[in-house]
Amino acid sequence: MAGLEHVVSEHPFFAGLDHQYSDLVAGCARNHRFDAEQYLFHEGDPANEFFLIRHGRVALEITAPGRAPIIFATLGEGEVVGASWVVPPYRWMFDVRALEVTRAIGINAECLRGKCDADHHLGYEMMKRFLPIFVKRLHATRLQLLDVYGQH
Amino acid sequence: MVGIPLSDPFVPEIYRVRNVRRELSDTVTLELAPASGARPPFEPGQFNMLYAFGIGEVPISMSANATDDGVYVHTVRDVGAVSGAIARLKTGAAVGVRGPFGTSWPVRGAQGSDLVIVAGGLGLAPLRPAIREVLANRQRYGRIIILIGSRNPKDLLFKEELEEWRQRLDVDIDVTVDHADADWRGNVGVVPALIPRAAFDPEKAVALVCGPEVMMRFTVGALRDAGVTADRIYLSMERNMKCAIGLCGHCQFGPTFICKDGPVMRYDRIADIFSVREL
Repeated sequence: MAGLEHVVSEHPFFAGLDHQYSDLVAGCARNHRFDAEQYLFHEGDPANEFFLIRHGRVALEITAPGRAPIIFATLGEGEVVGASWVVPPYRWMFDVRALEVTRAIGINAECLRGKCDADHHLGYEMMKRFLPIFVKRLHATRLQLLDVYGQH
Repeated sequence: MVGIPLSDPFVPEIYRVRNVRRELSDTVTLELAPASGARPPFEPGQFNMLYAFGIGEVPISMSANATDDGVYVHTVRDVGAVSGAIARLKTGAAVGVRGPFGTSWPVRGAQGSDLVIVAGGLGLAPLRPAIREVLANRQRYGRIIILIGSRNPKDLLFKEELEEWRQRLDVDIDVTVDHADADWRGNVGVVPALIPRAAFDPEKAVALVCGPEVMMRFTVGALRDAGVTADRIYLSMERNMKCAIGLCGHCQFGPTFICKDGPVMRYDRIADIFSVREL
């Protein structure tokens, strides 16, 4: 567990997090290794774990019947995959596929939600980290929707 | 910066299309050779007014270097009547050329610095001469980061040359697209998102940025967040240029004229007006 505590506290997503909280998070953590092309999760699955990428890269995909999957974002080292674990009904809204061998720390969502409910300071620390991700990704999506490179 | 040629700046010189290279379905690169005399010298980042006879003129930046074989090289996208007419020119066709005009990328001024070059879409074309010059003098610079954004993988410009740059071990190149199918192995997302991942020293980095203005706005934000000061960020601006010598006022941008004071402008000099919607 000491190794995971270190890895969690050193991950950029948890930069500056008090050790008592990173230890609590690490208590919900486990190591993962995903092969290239392996899916981390699929749309509609329960969002019961999110991932801190340590090495590698993943693609966030949406599929539609009769069409090839569309990649709308890629994430890599130091980034976090999955925010649906924060918002009921806790189900993933897209597929995530490893583009190369990817190593990640998985955080059990039910475990962490329970700890956040029990300690609102921890919950607030999590919100302070996830809210900017929501905003940043919403903003990036706006820019992509603008189709700035298209003909105008 | 190279000055305005001594001949009447309103009279185009006749050039002939020496070669046409199709880059994308709507974009070509033209090599233009002077019908007589020598092509004037120019600096990376400058532009010419290209005249499709009987249709009109458009400003187009040079997309290759002055050292290239006595021709002008322009990459033109068919987005309107004039650019469409120019993009459809065949080898041997005549075109009017006025120029070179405008300011240039600070390629020599940035020697000794890290360089962060950010291109979006067709914005790679005006940056290519600067990139080539920097790579030809690689030892004079610190880290070189080239970040490129595109709508999708098939709209990436200069793919073969990108691959050549990518093979070099002394340059960091990252490409991102707005969306892609599952075969794409690169990044998907907006180009400003690449900046926090890039390894450069913000205190000694110079940034050259060219692309759609919205993309440049958010790229500047990401560069500033990374610690690059406003006086080390250069943008290639675009407005409706007509005379190209600062007389007609069509390209007025606050107290400046893009054709004369730009197109390459230092961000700290335009920061106050850069996001003013009415300009």
